[in-house]
Amino acid sequence: MSSADLRDLYQQVIMDHNKKPRNFHDMDDANHFAHGNNPLCGDALVVYVKLNDDVIEDVSFQGSGCAISVASASLMTEALKGKTVAEAEHIYQQVHKQMTGDEFDATALGKLEVLSGVKEFPARVKCATLSWHTMHTAMDNDHDVSVTTE
Amino acid sequence: MLDLQAIRQDFPILHQEVNGQPLVYLDNAASSQKPVQVIDAIADYYRKDNANVHRGVHRLSQRATDAYEASREKVRNFVNAQSDKEVVFVRGATEAINLVAQSFVRPNLNAGDEILISHMEHHANIVPWQMLCEQTGAKLNVIPMNLEGELDLSTFDELLTDKTKVLAVGHVSNALGTVNPIKDMISKAHSKDIPVLIDGAQAVPHMEVDVQDLDCDFYVFSGHKMFAPTGIGALYGKQDLLEAMPPWQGGGDMILSVSFEHTQYNELPYKFEAGTPHIAGAIGLGAAIDYMQDLGITNLANHEHDLLVAATEKVSAMDGVRIIGTAKEKASVLSFMIEGVHPHDVGTIFDQQGVAIRTGHHCAQPVMQFFGIPATARASFAFYNTMEEVDALVLGIKKVQELFA
Repeated sequence: MSSADLRDLYQQVIMDHNKKPRNFHDMDDANHFAHGNNPLCGDALVVYVKLNDDVIEDVSFQGSGCAISVASASLMTEALKGKTVAEAEHIYQQVHKQMTGDEFDATALGKLEVLSGVKEFPARVKCATLSWHTMHTAMDNDHDVSVTTE
Repeated sequence: MLDLQAIRQDFPILHQEVNGQPLVYLDNAASSQKPVQVIDAIADYYRKDNANVHRGVHRLSQRATDAYEASREKVRNFVNAQSDKEVVFVRGATEAINLVAQSFVRPNLNAGDEILISHMEHHANIVPWQMLCEQTGAKLNVIPMNLEGELDLSTFDELLTDKTKVLAVGHVSNALGTVNPIKDMISKAHSKDIPVLIDGAQAVPHMEVDVQDLDCDFYVFSGHKMFAPTGIGALYGKQDLLEAMPPWQGGGDMILSVSFEHTQYNELPYKFEAGTPHIAGAIGLGAAIDYMQDLGITNLANHEHDLLVAATEKVSAMDGVRIIGTAKEKASVLSFMIEGVHPHDVGTIFDQQGVAIRTGHHCAQPVMQFFGIPATARASFAFYNTMEEVDALVLGIKKVQELFA
């Protein structure tokens, strides 16, 4: 029985963020936002970013999805608040590397390392990366855009 | 009574471990497993008889043709069509529906005409009609359904108008398991001279189908959901309708003679089988029909019914689980939601226990929208499933609830 693996995926931190997602609201004064969809499983979320010059002053999300996608989005908002655009980009890259099994900069990830269990579940990587892709797209655009992962 | 142990020996794929657990395959509505009789029929064809059909005078071509046409006769018998001419081999139910949409319905369809489908159709029985509506300006109407997941036929008479050019409805819903009252629906449509296509993809693995008794104009199904290979399926059509239809695709095998001035099309059913067909697939489909008929389709249906009843009783008794689709007449499918847990998480946790179920929208997004949910978890049974596997389903749900407690 591989309960151990399941516990790697569904770690306490992930379960907690799924139950009580942080920064889970829309944002009237966001200057960047994007819609993210995973049509295969029905995950749908919106990521809002408020950039002040080069700094992410605020970031939030709304939507619904599986525990992995909700927890990943919630953890992302915590991790990115107050970061510069360049720092956010670095973290975004490290999250990807972590999930695809490449070497990554653990110090940049901090708490986000709880997402590492996902790499043992290839069918779920897209759940975990949906919010990150959506955030990335939001930052690159100053109007509403859609991201689809499948 | 079925000898389940012997039957399971016929399905080599069932005897393996997944994530350290014995495989429990409960995703039969997505695709069924193949008995060794089907696998061998395909392998034997490639080992001994492989050649093109309807062409060469050489021996292999004759053997391939005989085997291919023998399978057509098996399909004819399987759905009780009157003639082999009424059985067209296609890639699957999806291709058959597209064929009927483009070749039967489209030539007679004008802007303002109507096509009637139901709320619980698979995307394969929605999108081809939508495309046709876009091409012609026709309108797509939808028979509603109720919270049990049954068709609401209270307005059916009004939906069958003098503009309705075809009724296309599923025999069994893939997302809910509902068995629709198609015989009555066909009869009502025919009283207004409206032709009817039945999507039987989820029905043929689970019940006897008699197209003459149903009196449907078209009946379509896929091989891979009934223990045959992927890439093969059949279209049944009434002979007079098929005769009157133009070919769908052009190419070899569907012609009698070709010149640059004129092509004379082949007779039925070859008029609709352009190009070299999936010969091995057709032979595999024939072998699957033999296998099901040897065991007795009623016996298979009875065993599956017992599994579904037991699973429904056990899952209904669990706290925090909601069954989606509680029609009085159901086949094979148990869709469910576990309170507070997204179906995608359910699927992963089941997989870790070796239990394969489907999670998602089941290519029936309007059904999900109706119930206001993004997806469901779906267990679907075949005759090789056991009562122990029903218990594995129940254990799986408990495991999910433990983990998400």
